[in-house]
Amino acid sequence: MIGVLSELSYWQVTSIRVAAGLVAVLLVAGTLVYAHLFKMVSFMQSRLGPMEAGPYGSLQLAAEIGKFLQKEDIVPRRADRFVFKAAPFVVLTSTFLLLVVLPGGPDAWFISNDLGVYLAMAVSSVSVIGILMAGWGSASKYSLLGGLRATGQLIAYELPLLLAVVGVVIQAETMNLQGIVLAQADGEIFGWGAIGNPFILTQFVGFLIFMVAMQAELTQTPFDMPVAESELVTGYMTEYSGLRFLLFFIGEFATAGVFSAIAAVLFLGGWYVPGLDPSDNLLNVIGPLVLFGKVVLLTFVVFWVRFTFPRFREDQLQRLAWKFLVPLALANIVVTGVLKVVV
Amino acid sequence: MTVTERQQLSYIAAQAADARVNLEIETEGMTLNIGPQHPATHGTLRIVAKLDGEQVVSAEPVMGYMHRGYEKLAEVRTYPQVTTLINRIDWLGSFANEVPFILAAEQLMEVEAPPRAQWIRTILFELSRIANVTLFLGDMAVQVGAITPVFFAFRDREHVLNQIEAATGGRFHPNFDRIGGLKDDLPAGWVAETRRAMGKIRAFCDQIEELVEGNEIFQARTRGIGVIPADVGLSYGLTGANIRASGVDWDLRRDSPCGLVHDQVDWKVWTHPDGDSFARFWVRLQETREATKIVDQLLDGIPPGPIMAKVPVIIKVPAGEAHVETENPLGVMGYYVVSKGDLFPFRVKIRSASFSNVSITPWLLKGVYVPDIITILGSLYFILGDIDR
Repeated sequence: MIGVLSELSYWQVTSIRVAAGLVAVLLVAGTLVYAHLFKMVSFMQSRLGPMEAGPYGSLQLAAEIGKFLQKEDIVPRRADRFVFKAAPFVVLTSTFLLLVVLPGGPDAWFISNDLGVYLAMAVSSVSVIGILMAGWGSASKYSLLGGLRATGQLIAYELPLLLAVVGVVIQAETMNLQGIVLAQADGEIFGWGAIGNPFILTQFVGFLIFMVAMQAELTQTPFDMPVAESELVTGYMTEYSGLRFLLFFIGEFATAGVFSAIAAVLFLGGWYVPGLDPSDNLLNVIGPLVLFGKVVLLTFVVFWVRFTFPRFREDQLQRLAWKFLVPLALANIVVTGVLKVVV
Repeated sequence: MTVTERQQLSYIAAQAADARVNLEIETEGMTLNIGPQHPATHGTLRIVAKLDGEQVVSAEPVMGYMHRGYEKLAEVRTYPQVTTLINRIDWLGSFANEVPFILAAEQLMEVEAPPRAQWIRTILFELSRIANVTLFLGDMAVQVGAITPVFFAFRDREHVLNQIEAATGGRFHPNFDRIGGLKDDLPAGWVAETRRAMGKIRAFCDQIEELVEGNEIFQARTRGIGVIPADVGLSYGLTGANIRASGVDWDLRRDSPCGLVHDQVDWKVWTHPDGDSFARFWVRLQETREATKIVDQLLDGIPPGPIMAKVPVIIKVPAGEAHVETENPLGVMGYYVVSKGDLFPFRVKIRSASFSNVSITPWLLKGVYVPDIITILGSLYFILGDIDR
């Protein structure tokens, strides 16, 4: 770690990191909710979306948060109180943990971890526990069905998600996410290195698998069987109200943002801006914004798909994961490995 | 069998379903109440489903949460007042509810509406069909998880509702049909405006065809789900698009036109051999297109003349019985009217399509997965007001 942060004392660095973490999760989630859920979807569905709160409805989210905070925090009588109350925090924890390894610039990142990809994939599974806790703790049949479906689905799609990343790791020769960004920045496309070598060009199969598996991990349509609002009301979230529902809600969008950020780092070059030296201090300021732009782009695709497609049935989406995505991802790894050795 | 015996037996049957034991892992059944308040039912229908995991062991619809007693209420209303009530049976295609009752009353009084009234009646009948089925086309997508198409359905249904409103004054409950004709003539410019609306509906059908029908996930979710063989469907009294989707070529508009002028225009009855959820969706989509064609042709040839036949101011229907059925948006709707020569009908029996259409669900839902319950119920397409009356 070079640059500004190393000159500060420990508590200053920690405060900056905590603030940055909150900003990186909440601001991104808020932007995604406003830009995608409120506005983009409204335009898709030939309506205007919120228009009254703030200019062009931009403060609608603040109004919604205020509304949720005022609501009563209801715990069903037969619920397992502790499990029920803890579940949203477990889900949100997984989101924050994912952020830890994410680089936003040459120096703008939280920890330097050579097992970054591994850690990210591991902590992304923590949310499964939270969802299962919510489904079981609610003492509701809809919640239980939703929680069980979610668990089965998230475990099934963890595998293609992980295998899709392996191709990138092989090509970058590192599991450090910062290293992966630098490998893309230093890369060359047949000797032409002006824009580096974003791995989407060589790992496009991996990218597609990653996006599909990500859609499933986020339980967005067409993989939203766990929340299937037309049959399970809202699945594992059915019994939640007030602040705890808000936490699930924020968790959903924040996780969409963080997963998209990981996809952007792995496949789209992360924070790197072509033409600048990767160690330029300027990139500590521009880098996060560039990454954020890519996140908005990727989440746009996620929500575009979400509001266009019908949903798979549970058995159909399991079949897609095990019979199609996993073999494809394995083939991708084999091809990448062979080419890595040969070329 | 006494009541207690029957109760005991049904209790034992329920216990047996609950305790259905999987031999490898000991599992217990679960009873899931879908409804009465549930996002997937368009009102207060309750489905008591006994589940084994995600699989349905038995499912039973419980109706009557919205019973409003229209048959009894009709006995203390004069004939013109009854239309106000029966408007609210199938609330998405209200005008179509009035037609069979008015036709039955006309039969008893032995009056016939003038040709102009018959043509406009048929146009409004088909417009209410479009207004009704358009919503189904969007709603079916919601049932399988796509949220957006229903907004398109609401958007384009508006064109039809505007036309119904322009002609009758009411968007949802026109109350426009009268014994011996219609309340008013059409307003100026209505024909051209309706033709434009029909173009918009056809564009909507194309959009739905691309967005929903052609979608692989939609097909995977609906093809082969909830297959109704023709003989089973007929024995349960299924009508309308539900039975035509099972390959039965039967449409009262063509087969027994009474008082409506469907025989004056050129159109086709669509059927589908499969009988699954997809077939029901497909048939309804084609029927919406066909309805726009019927309306277009009828608009060309509205005959001139009066809008009302000569009927007395105070309507006293002579004693007798009449039964009239028409092919309504949801299926066959019939009114059996018994008159004793009074101001009020002595008895009105309403045969509504959804009641029969829903009663097949216990047979149909056996062994399907929970998500398919919603697909099947959505594809059977019922309106709660039409079930409970």
